[in-house]
Amino acid sequence: MRLKGTKRITLETIAVILSIVIFWVPFFFVILNSLKNKTDAALLDLSWPSSIQWSNYTEVLTAQDHMVIRSFINSTLITLLSIVVLIIVSAMTGYVLQRRNDRWSGIIQFLVMAGLMIPPAVVPTIWVLDSIHLFKTMTGIVLVEVALGISFAVMLFRSFMATIPREIDEAAVVDGCGSLRMFFQIIFPLLMPVTSTVVVLSSVGIYNDFVNPLYFFPGAKNATIQLTLYNFTSMYNTSWNLLFADIILISIPPLILFIFFNKRIVAGMTAGAVKG
Amino acid sequence: MQKASLTKASKRLYTYKFLLPAGIIYFVLFLLPTIMSFFFSMTRWDLVEWDFIGFDNYKTFFSESSLNIGFRNTLIYAVVTCGLKVILGLLLGVALTSGLRIKGYLRSVVFFPTLLSTIAVGIAFSSMMHPSQGLINKSLALAGIVGPDWLGDTSIALLSVAFVDVWKGVGMATVIFIAGIMSIPEDYYEALQIDGGNAWDRFWHITNPLVAPAMNSVIILSFIGGLRSFDLVWAMTKGGPGFSTDLIASIIYKQYQGGFYGLSTAGNVILFIGVSLLAFPLLKLLSKREVDL
Repeated sequence: MRLKGTKRITLETIAVILSIVIFWVPFFFVILNSLKNKTDAALLDLSWPSSIQWSNYTEVLTAQDHMVIRSFINSTLITLLSIVVLIIVSAMTGYVLQRRNDRWSGIIQFLVMAGLMIPPAVVPTIWVLDSIHLFKTMTGIVLVEVALGISFAVMLFRSFMATIPREIDEAAVVDGCGSLRMFFQIIFPLLMPVTSTVVVLSSVGIYNDFVNPLYFFPGAKNATIQLTLYNFTSMYNTSWNLLFADIILISIPPLILFIFFNKRIVAGMTAGAVKG
Repeated sequence: MQKASLTKASKRLYTYKFLLPAGIIYFVLFLLPTIMSFFFSMTRWDLVEWDFIGFDNYKTFFSESSLNIGFRNTLIYAVVTCGLKVILGLLLGVALTSGLRIKGYLRSVVFFPTLLSTIAVGIAFSSMMHPSQGLINKSLALAGIVGPDWLGDTSIALLSVAFVDVWKGVGMATVIFIAGIMSIPEDYYEALQIDGGNAWDRFWHITNPLVAPAMNSVIILSFIGGLRSFDLVWAMTKGGPGFSTDLIASIIYKQYQGGFYGLSTAGNVILFIGVSLLAFPLLKLLSKREVDL
């Protein structure tokens, strides 16, 4: 659309003001109040801190025997382990589902896509985890995150596989590759663009996940970063400054991902949604 | 002959054994619990032993007002969040593909909240929605308006939470719309320009019909997301005041906390059936209005 001179400048000014009021003010509000003392923060306003208290951050980090740091480690481990397993199993599945076209692949395809819609059955999942002795364990929560992330990851891998010509597979077979070696040495490296999309999207999702750790990974020792933040709402219900400091700390990893992978994230989300 | 041997070779190459790792995890931790939920929803259950009680849990769920309020709330929440995300997402999508020079900045700003923790967003907005101290009501007071108790008034608390959901999620809808709009060939707009159409014609006769696939994605994603929503409500109101913001998913959690595992599972099955009944026809209905390019 061609916009001209003053009209365009007016529209741009309105857009910038709206974006500041709607999106920047909440961020400034949380950052400012995370640096105030308790009484000032209780006013919940946008005034400049009377004295800047960086100690709020150290207090949050050291509270309850370094609970936040331990939960950071837990969340990081869960995220990393889930991503590794998720990538390997979903890439293999997406590859075979795209290459084969028979009755079975259609049924499997349907079952996989159902996972995008159906809400997981919570208590029966706990029962299953408990029967295989994985309830409240790191392995258990990692496998749950993988199970609930498979549908989305397979969908992305499958649609990307369509861009890789079959001739590559056939050439590799002529060279005498076995099917497993062929996949990991030849195909998997070619999937790099979609792999990095899945890594970024799923790691944000798993890191920010609140519901699954709440159900499947409960207990004070096990806390993930989101559970710690939630528990702080009752512990610090009058100390907004500490609560906000925790929010800022928790938001740093997604912010870093956003700065480096902004384009990748957007591309991945839209690829899944528009073609799907 | 040649062809038959090739398919045999490719069957060996693309072996279904590759599906085993994903298949086992997905079956054991997703499909199996889903199937079993139908049985366990008809029991009184403590995770170890169960008594079969038929449809009693369902009867309780539909007759107790503290439970069945969840159906109404969940539907309102899904319709409101989905509707606003479609309207605002489309407007933003059109604006951010137009001639504005700052569209890169705007896209980033609108999209960033999607990546934030829902709990963090919920806490921040709860504080801004505080009835006397909160930023929102203090700003309204400057204009001489007495703001409502956003999260404490039973008649608007659900809408307040839905508003925060839209704030956090509209970026996702917007990028989907942007991708949809960008895939419309420029020729159509040029043809319209030759015929003398204005900006409204551009939107109504070209963008609107041709953006249908993107719009369908947004509707389906945000409607299902709304039906399954839990963490934002839990972080902001815990279903209160009273039961005015209780959604099916938060009721499932409350019953689980209370040790009513059978009842909680019945809630899960109802949600499962509700999502299927609403989402599949929606999917069909919406795909009819897609225009092929």
